[in-house]
Amino acid sequence: MQYAKPKTATEAARLLGAETGVTRVLAGGTDVMVQLKAGMVEPALIVDIKGIPGIRSITPEAGGFRIGAAVSGLELGDHAALCAMFPGVTEAAQLIGSKQVQGRCSMVGNLCNGSPAADAVPALFAANAVVRIEGPNGSRDAAVETIPTAPGRTSLAKGEIITSVLLPAPVPHSADAYLRFIPRTEMDIAVASAGVSLTIDASGTITAARVALGAVAPTVMLVDACAAAIIGTKLDAAAQAALEQAASAACKPIDDKRGTIEFRTKVAGVLARRAALIAYERAGGRK
Amino acid sequence: MMDTGVSKRKFKQVGTRPARPDGVDKVKGRAMYGADMTAPGMLTGRILRSPHAHAEIVSIDVSEAVALTGVKAVVTGADLVAQDDIAMRDIQINVLATDKVLYDGHAVAAVAAVNADVARAALKLIKVTYRALPHVTDVDAAMAPDAPVVQAGRSLETVPAGMSANVTNQCEFGHGNLDAGFARADLVIERSFTTAATHQGYIEPHACLASMTSDGKAEVWCCTQGHFNVRSICAPLLGIEASQLRVTASEIGGGFGGKTAVFIEPVALALSRKSGRPVKIVMTRDEVFKATGPTVATSMDVKIGMTKDGRITAGDATLRYSGGAFPCGTVEMGAQSAFAAYDLEAVRTLGWNVLTNRPKEAAYRAPGAPQAIYAVESVIDELCQKLNLDPLDVRIKNAATKGTLSSYGPTFDDIGLMATLEAAKNHPHYSAPLGKNQGRGLSAGFWFNFGGNTSVSLTVNTDGTVSVSEGNPDIGGSRASISLMAAEELGIGYDKVRTIIADTASLGHNDNTDGSRVTFAVGLATIHAARDVIKKMCGRAARMWDIDEDAVTWVDGAAVPAGDNAGKFPPMTLAEIAATSLQTGGPLAGHHEFTADGAGVSFGVHLCDIEVDPETGHTSVLRYTVFQDAGKAVHPDYVEGQMQGGAVQGIGWALNEEYIYGRDGRLQNAGFLDYRIPVASDLPKIDTVILEIPNPGHPYGVRGVGETPIVPPLAAVSNAVARAIGMRMTSLPMSPPRILKALSGG
Repeated sequence: MQYAKPKTATEAARLLGAETGVTRVLAGGTDVMVQLKAGMVEPALIVDIKGIPGIRSITPEAGGFRIGAAVSGLELGDHAALCAMFPGVTEAAQLIGSKQVQGRCSMVGNLCNGSPAADAVPALFAANAVVRIEGPNGSRDAAVETIPTAPGRTSLAKGEIITSVLLPAPVPHSADAYLRFIPRTEMDIAVASAGVSLTIDASGTITAARVALGAVAPTVMLVDACAAAIIGTKLDAAAQAALEQAASAACKPIDDKRGTIEFRTKVAGVLARRAALIAYERAGGRK
Repeated sequence: MMDTGVSKRKFKQVGTRPARPDGVDKVKGRAMYGADMTAPGMLTGRILRSPHAHAEIVSIDVSEAVALTGVKAVVTGADLVAQDDIAMRDIQINVLATDKVLYDGHAVAAVAAVNADVARAALKLIKVTYRALPHVTDVDAAMAPDAPVVQAGRSLETVPAGMSANVTNQCEFGHGNLDAGFARADLVIERSFTTAATHQGYIEPHACLASMTSDGKAEVWCCTQGHFNVRSICAPLLGIEASQLRVTASEIGGGFGGKTAVFIEPVALALSRKSGRPVKIVMTRDEVFKATGPTVATSMDVKIGMTKDGRITAGDATLRYSGGAFPCGTVEMGAQSAFAAYDLEAVRTLGWNVLTNRPKEAAYRAPGAPQAIYAVESVIDELCQKLNLDPLDVRIKNAATKGTLSSYGPTFDDIGLMATLEAAKNHPHYSAPLGKNQGRGLSAGFWFNFGGNTSVSLTVNTDGTVSVSEGNPDIGGSRASISLMAAEELGIGYDKVRTIIADTASLGHNDNTDGSRVTFAVGLATIHAARDVIKKMCGRAARMWDIDEDAVTWVDGAAVPAGDNAGKFPPMTLAEIAATSLQTGGPLAGHHEFTADGAGVSFGVHLCDIEVDPETGHTSVLRYTVFQDAGKAVHPDYVEGQMQGGAVQGIGWALNEEYIYGRDGRLQNAGFLDYRIPVASDLPKIDTVILEIPNPGHPYGVRGVGETPIVPPLAAVSNAVARAIGMRMTSLPMSPPRILKALSGG
């Protein structure tokens, strides 16, 4: 097994593109190290991206924030301005793992691991995040929702890595929220989850919304029907019910050791409604 | 602490809370656990495990593994001595399978290599040919007449003809006329319950280091609840005599009964013998879940009759327990304890053990009792609800007391159940208001407690300090408690005593650290050993004073003349006698070896408040109070620790913990992510109330306290949930999907 710590994203992409065997990208390592230890994967090459300039930085950009691919959950939580602007995204990222894991884990790692239950991902979908990709053919940007394609799989081509994620400037009177269901209170994995971002006008009417659901389909999914159910409303009881119904209707979950189809379908709706209420209040609307 | 006891003795040391002797090392990370032992030239051992729930082993070809560079030995079941004794044979084939694999994770072969990478690569080179057999993992399915047979020919004569070949033993306890009892009832309720197998969940995986030389001398260092038991099992499996095998227990990172069994030590010894090098084996978490003992999975029916005013007229329980792929007696303890808290005219419990393709059951804190008592306490609670009776008043009305003929045969001596129930009734928790979606549940619990074989040696050093050697690994602060009792008896300070756990060559046989026996039995042996050396010290004083030995007595840490007639001498302290001991007859030591009897039974009552989120089925524990009779709390911190720890494990059992098997008979959640023990943020502080009703079988009144606290939580939580959601859950765990399904109409 080879280990490389390149100094540039171009070099990282070149190394990953040239390797014919199994490769793994190492940022925080909270997934990769566990997979190695459990013997789940025996990579020929591990590329540690933490030596790439800017990979651990949070930088203001056009009114929003660009977050490096190896920024940890704790670093996100310590950034007051980022947390104030995107409480849903930053809270979601800080739900991953334990305190110890928080010191290492990154949102981009969470995204690239490809789990439908990844906590940061529904919130990134809802926040309209854009990832910057470095690859053998240069750099490109992509909407975050185009990245996961199946459990453990992404749309990234051979040699491509994500170097940062941009949270674009929210329009005024916008806010986000994320909720997950776990049987315990921490150190657990989402059985169902929901991320909501919405914007209201002066009357409290929702003018724009994005709703994403996690752990209820092969990938995290953006559900337009959920957004449609609340746009143009003041999130009254009827809108809440419509949102809940739309969320449950969108679910395509599996039965497994963590939850049943029936349970996930019902709870995803409950979480979407509850997350929307939190986002609505944060945006300045009254419940 | 509430002292409602009648203990007459005024203690100076016992009942205080000094720092534990192992505390600093454990906090600073210096304590040596099983995996911390190393030896020069040590190899890494790893075990190959069955991927099948049930299969015949057609052949094992180890040749490629043996040929791999860095591999020093490979062993299979053929490397252990075949045992004639049936219980030993079960252990033998569980440690390394021979003809069949009986569960997912069953050990098949093992390698010793120069490092873990080579060992892992070698395992992949071992070619095992299996012929898969039909499997059964569910206890009720295994009782069906046409169920796959896990092991043939294992039914005892007690099992009636016509039952499934998987039923290995039947037991029955009780007294009185059930039909007449049920006829007297105003209401009879009969319900069926199931509980999932749960794991002890100790943080430290099993680990050992073994060294065996070509002349048959062997050493084992391991984490265990009983190193004498490790010796008793390993010596015959390796074909050596007990004297040639010295076993030393490491510090232990939790056991809860699960480390009373032996899994890896004989394998490490066999690898060491074959390779000529020391071999260390450390289980992965996956191996711990798959191949070490969970507790039994159960299916139970309980029928209880009650009068309008809350008197139980009859109780009947049928228990179907599965201890995995091997015969298991745990159902007998469940059947004996089911109704033990109550004074009943008519009671019967019937129990069966059933084989399934699951790992061999290992003891788990009060083995068998939590499940049966969960079922009984649930039905009592439902009777109280339907008859509109206060559940504590009903338990007080029916509580067993001194003189009660117990449901399992013996007549109770002094017991603390009534005092414990009354303490719960008078506690502010019981009358605190509850909010929406909240419920309060309670349950009584019982455990027998055991004594057993014990050997203690106590030496008085020339500087006036005392060393106690005992043979039971300290899993709950027992070294502190033993030191306190030695100090109390000798009349010296706690800081003058140090207690250590001696190896198997240094003491007579000691039974496992189990059955809540150590503070009781080792404490009793320590008191007797102290009295033995006190007698010798009085003899030394008598000689120096030139008076009769019988004319000297021991008061407050010193020899004194028994009375004015004996002569007038100032007290001679332990330190003074010790200082001259090498000139007055030689070293001073006391011993005691015995089979301890008289372990008093222990009762507890738990109060639990929970809230259920009706939209997700999630249960939060809001408040929890444990009331328990400790007889005498020698070191109250560690008594409270046992009460809190047992409650937490029971709450996990009630809400989320379970072994989940797929249709392929393989375990699906062999890790702490999907086997959900409670984390700290899940729970409130567990409040404790210690009651002290002295055990007549111990000079200080001590009762075992370690197991009773896991018994009541299952029903306490379930009864709270029943009252919060208005319907009764009859399967554990009450995981959110199950509660939500019930709330949405099943």
